[in-house]
Amino acid sequence: MQPMKKYQLGEFEEVVILTVGVLYKEAYGVSIKKEIETRLVRNVSMGALHTALKRLESKGYIKSFDGEVTEDRAGRPRKYFQITALGKKAMEYSRSTRDDLWKSIPKIALEVKMVGYE
Amino acid sequence: MKELPPKLFRNFFRWYCHPEMVGHIEGDMMELYAERVRGSGKRKADLKFIRDVVLLCRPGIIRPVTVETNVNQYDMVKSYFKVGWRNMLRSKGYSAINISGLAIGMTVALLIGLWVFDELTFDKHFNNYDRIVQVMQHQTYNGQVGTQVANPAVMAEEIRNVYGSDFKHVLQSSWNNNHTLTFGEKIFSKTGSYFEPGVVDMLSLNIIHGTKDGLKDMNSILLAESVAKSYFGEEDPINKMLRLDNEIDVKVTAVYEDLPENTSFQDLKIIMPWSLYLSQNTWIQKMEDPWGSNFTQTFAQLNENADLETVSTRIKDVKINQQGEEERRYKAVVFLHPMNKWHLYSDFKAGVNTGGRIDNVWLFGITGIFVLLLACINFMNLSTARSEKRSKEVGIRKSIGSARGQLITQFFSESIMIALFAFVLAIGLGFIALPSFNTIAGKTISIPWSSPLFWLAGIGFTLVTGLFAGVYPALFLSSFQPVKVLKGSFKMGKLASLPRKVLVVFQFAISIFLIIGTIVVYKQIQFAQGRPLGYTADGLITVGVNSERHKHFEAIRTELKTENAIVELAESGSPTTEVWNTNGGFDWEGKDPNLAVDFPNNAVTYEYGKTIGWQITTGRDFSRDFATDSTAFILNESAVKFIGLKDPLGKILKWNGENYTVIGVVKDILVQSPYTPVRPAMWHLSENSENVFIIKLNPNRNAQESLSKVEEVFKKFDPTSPFDAGFVDEAFAQKFGNEKRIGTLAAFFAALAVLISCLGLFGLASFVAEQRTKEIGIRKVMGASVNNLWQMLSKDFVVLVIIASVIAIVFAYFYYKNWLEGFEYRTTISWWIFALTALGALIITLITVSFQAIKAALMSPINSLRSE
Repeated sequence: MQPMKKYQLGEFEEVVILTVGVLYKEAYGVSIKKEIETRLVRNVSMGALHTALKRLESKGYIKSFDGEVTEDRAGRPRKYFQITALGKKAMEYSRSTRDDLWKSIPKIALEVKMVGYE
Repeated sequence: MKELPPKLFRNFFRWYCHPEMVGHIEGDMMELYAERVRGSGKRKADLKFIRDVVLLCRPGIIRPVTVETNVNQYDMVKSYFKVGWRNMLRSKGYSAINISGLAIGMTVALLIGLWVFDELTFDKHFNNYDRIVQVMQHQTYNGQVGTQVANPAVMAEEIRNVYGSDFKHVLQSSWNNNHTLTFGEKIFSKTGSYFEPGVVDMLSLNIIHGTKDGLKDMNSILLAESVAKSYFGEEDPINKMLRLDNEIDVKVTAVYEDLPENTSFQDLKIIMPWSLYLSQNTWIQKMEDPWGSNFTQTFAQLNENADLETVSTRIKDVKINQQGEEERRYKAVVFLHPMNKWHLYSDFKAGVNTGGRIDNVWLFGITGIFVLLLACINFMNLSTARSEKRSKEVGIRKSIGSARGQLITQFFSESIMIALFAFVLAIGLGFIALPSFNTIAGKTISIPWSSPLFWLAGIGFTLVTGLFAGVYPALFLSSFQPVKVLKGSFKMGKLASLPRKVLVVFQFAISIFLIIGTIVVYKQIQFAQGRPLGYTADGLITVGVNSERHKHFEAIRTELKTENAIVELAESGSPTTEVWNTNGGFDWEGKDPNLAVDFPNNAVTYEYGKTIGWQITTGRDFSRDFATDSTAFILNESAVKFIGLKDPLGKILKWNGENYTVIGVVKDILVQSPYTPVRPAMWHLSENSENVFIIKLNPNRNAQESLSKVEEVFKKFDPTSPFDAGFVDEAFAQKFGNEKRIGTLAAFFAALAVLISCLGLFGLASFVAEQRTKEIGIRKVMGASVNNLWQMLSKDFVVLVIIASVIAIVFAYFYYKNWLEGFEYRTTISWWIFALTALGALIITLITVSFQAIKAALMSPINSLRSE
């Protein structure tokens, strides 16, 4: 077994890295924020987003490069993000652990719950 | 028109945000802002912008306090020291001045630090340091309150009986005197006391051999390890028999570790039982009034829970309660003086503790700090003076990205490096200077090489010194603005050199203050030494008396006189430099019945006056021709004045009810402190209570020859005692020990302060000369003479030193006047001291500065103008 620590990915971090993947070459602060907001119907603050981006970058899951300067940005370049190979592994690991968990749930457990709710 | 978010919040964001992230996050925010303005108007966009700024203010985005957290610190530190090292090598002269100046300052601080530590830890060796006390008393004599350690021999017993519950031990003890110990061929004189049992516990003596209960046996003796070694070498000393003072055999029952030098009992080398003292001095138990005479000491140890002040107040009447009506006039107040005050707070004036050596501790401590401060000032001054040279460096460093913090660290590491070099040098210098310092200070201090505390304090002190010396350059140099410095528009105005000037004035004021101090102290000593002695100390020696010598007094005298070795020989109750006996119980016609008097009253033989050469003003000396002289007094002039005798000859003085006739008056004889008036004193004849021989050597013969002749004769009549002669003039010179010590140390510090200040001045002068090289060159071309240039360059410094002199003189006048007032016999502070010191300071300044000034003035203008 791999030690769990190797691929640590928080819940919001996972959402962000997935969105970076979704946007592919168009992932920068504002676009990521908007994408999450429309897809997940939730508010994302700049603070939370950039903190998550910084942590992902310092873990080596994403990398960044400076992009173009648009008129609205007052001379500040966009910073685009891309998933690294390590990031991909982390995502896959996270996904497989969830799949494992899903698979391990006995069918009956879910059915009982459904019954309980009705 | 393009809308902009609130400036305040944008700037706030820029301030707190990590510099690596500020760019793109601000970009994102601006992009969103523009979009929001378009969508829902400026007001809402502003509010959302503010919300974003506030929510972004979280860890991970906020900048760290120091920017370069991720930079490898090791490399940077290495670079600091490398650059510092190169800077030091590049300007060897300045570095030498800095390091040597600081090293001298640190050496002084080191020596004084060791000395102060030694003083403050005095007596701390004892486990019961906080509990041990000495029983002392205040008594009122001649209308004045005197304080003394001498107590009646029954003091301890009485305190034990009445107030015993407050004390663990109350012990009576004799004075710590010389005793002759004989073991076979070995005869030595050792110092020690008689003590009651319990002293071993009280002083927590470390018993090496034998038993601590030894003192309970009357004929026993306890030896310090060094004493035991000198008699028995490696043999077992226990149960060996020694002969004590040629009178009685005592058995060694214990050997204890010698007490360290910095304790009050450093000379307690042998301890004998108090019971032995009583049996040797049978008169003590036969005394009519055992409370009437004070001739022993009392030490005690308080119980754990006893409060010193309370107990001290409780026992205050212990003596007066035992005294008769007559004796109560002395108003004896018994009190406890705790061990932690014995050494540093031993002075009493009018019954109040007024300090003592602690004054010296403060004096030297402060002087040491000041001398170190002077050295730090040199460092500051030279660094800031040179700052113009380094301003370009600062400019370039800043423009290629040095943060101010890094520059500060750079400068601090340079100063700390120099301080460390100075520390190493100071340790070396201190090691070399320590023996002579010990001689001056009368100590046996050594550098505690193996004490971690010493090294910790030393290194800590060095770092503090380095930081202190470097703080001004570090903060000042690092504040330069790169643009101004590099454009060359950077000029230091007049104000820039002001702090430097203030510091120079400060340095010289302290130096001058110390020089004046040295002169005043020496003048005071000289003044006191010049006081008339009232007798001739030249060739006068004292030798101890014992029963054997006393018996052969006449034989010794005759033999020495026929050998022509001496002029005269007399026996006396006290040496001429001390008072060993004072008496009360005097009465005379017209005496105020309430006056309790106490006079030095010396018992002497007929030849005393002739031996010491006293000067009789009226009447005559004692003479064998008058049988009535056995009840006669010779008074000194002070006594005549005190008693109020108009025509003293033939007047009757009553002493203990007996009539004594005044037969002569002598000029005042200086016996005790050379700084206080001579006490009223008197002499009478006695055959029995003598303690010393006083011998006048033949002045026409070599003193050493005479002395060995005297020794030969003494050995002939008393072969079993060591011959211990002391010169009276040496004993008298010792009275100036403390003041001489202060004088020597003041001279030492003053010399160093001047040296350090001059080093600094030398550096500054060379800096100024260097800075003005071009100006001097042009002036020379225009026709200025060397003399003009020399004046120009020296003037500034001379003005500073004059200001310093004025300040120092004002402070010195008040301080030293106050110091002198502590002496009843004192010299005056005359104006020539100030004039001389100021002139001396000026001359030294001129010499220091002129070297550089003349060098600069003599330089050929071609060289100075062609440079660059």
